[in-house]
Amino acid sequence: MSLKQYQEVIINPLIKENPITLQILGICSALAVTNNLSVTMVMCVAVTSVVSFSNLFISLIRNYIPSSIRIIVQMTIIASLVIVVDELLKAYDYETSKKLSVFVGLIITNCIVMGRAEAFAMKQKPLVSFFDGLGNGIGYSIILIGVAFIRELFGAGTLFGYEILPLVSNGGWYMGNNLLLLPPSSFIIIGLFIWLIRSLQKDQIEEDDFVVTKHSTTPDLSKREINV
Amino acid sequence: MNDSILKTIAVAFSVCLICSLVVSSSAVSLRDLQKENKLNDRRLKVLQVADIYDPSISISEQFSKLESKYIDFDSGRIFNEYKDFNIDEYDQIVVTKDSNLSSSVPASEDIAIIKNRENVGKIYILRNDINKIQKLILPIRGYGLWGTLYGFIAVENDFNTISGIEFYEHKETPGLGAEVDNPKWKSSWKGKKIYNNDQVALEVIKGKVELSDSDSMYKIDGLSGATLTSRGVTNMVAYWFSDSGYANLFRELDYES
Repeated sequence: MSLKQYQEVIINPLIKENPITLQILGICSALAVTNNLSVTMVMCVAVTSVVSFSNLFISLIRNYIPSSIRIIVQMTIIASLVIVVDELLKAYDYETSKKLSVFVGLIITNCIVMGRAEAFAMKQKPLVSFFDGLGNGIGYSIILIGVAFIRELFGAGTLFGYEILPLVSNGGWYMGNNLLLLPPSSFIIIGLFIWLIRSLQKDQIEEDDFVVTKHSTTPDLSKREINV
Repeated sequence: MNDSILKTIAVAFSVCLICSLVVSSSAVSLRDLQKENKLNDRRLKVLQVADIYDPSISISEQFSKLESKYIDFDSGRIFNEYKDFNIDEYDQIVVTKDSNLSSSVPASEDIAIIKNRENVGKIYILRNDINKIQKLILPIRGYGLWGTLYGFIAVENDFNTISGIEFYEHKETPGLGAEVDNPKWKSSWKGKKIYNNDQVALEVIKGKVELSDSDSMYKIDGLSGATLTSRGVTNMVAYWFSDSGYANLFRELDYES
């Protein structure tokens, strides 16, 4: 393993192969936990540690996993790690774990974790798999923190709970945007991020699945043979 | 060969064994800490609603200043011993699932939609220097828009003036119904009156309370964009301060003093 490969597995998922904006994975938690930055940070740490360690452990035993039960073995390892993270949160950061509620448990179903285990850790050596998990976790975190920053600042006028834009309801001047406090707003913000990243990184733009043509009422006779 | 049946079973078994060991050992080793967190979280809310919380002193030490008592809703009497329960661990929400310890509320009276009410509740009493009751901290709950709101309400020793309100669990919409946690809104409860001629008059209205309104002491500003949550809070207050709630307790305590 060359140093360059380690660099690649950590840096590529940040923007170039970001799990959220390029692969559109892990959207569920990106919608649900991003209305408050401090909660989002805890979620990011949780997901990053789960994806790194699940990659590490799965890679360690990759040569012993029978292919017929590989998915269930991966799931078992991922689920155990998630439960441990959940228990740790309940013990050391009860306040946040209450706000995250079921979403910690739902890391099990986060496609990023499973996706990296299946696509990377099953084929690569343990250490590089661990760093791949770390890179993907950080890539996920960058987008989540970005979304949470916008949602908390313009939705509630605060950052990490500290007042930045005093709300009208607290005697200030800023009228909070209530849409941003609701999960659907994350769709819009993530969409804007994807737009931004793809206009900078043109190679991420996907080819159209079909060409949009001008509407016409006369049948296209050249396609007729295919239809019959 | 990785795919033989024996190998498959062996791998599945050992993965399960190791994972279950990791999970159970973490659960067992962290259980005490989690239990304490949960208890402290509830106690913190009680201290906050009583307006005596001081972050520099440990929660359990401050909490010892409060007296925990059982209350029988039907007679309004307070007492110290109830069956085999330890008062610190008695959970009146859990006992509502037990038909021996709770009774279902008839639909016509169930304005707060709590379905079952415990027969015996738990309240906290704050006493002043001369050992007289200064404040009562009473648990309340009721349905909002998305789910039940759980909280505490503190009442002054005239048993008619609100001293504070605090919710520790709810599922209301952030920014709208979840504004029940807004410190400014919560502080607007202080000094409001519950009863007008022995009827519960306190309510969360629509819009803002006019200062010129002669009934303003019975009215709380509505939460804008959260009509159903506001109505839920009104119903909750109406239920818990009625005869099915704490009204008997207030009479009993009035009689004593």
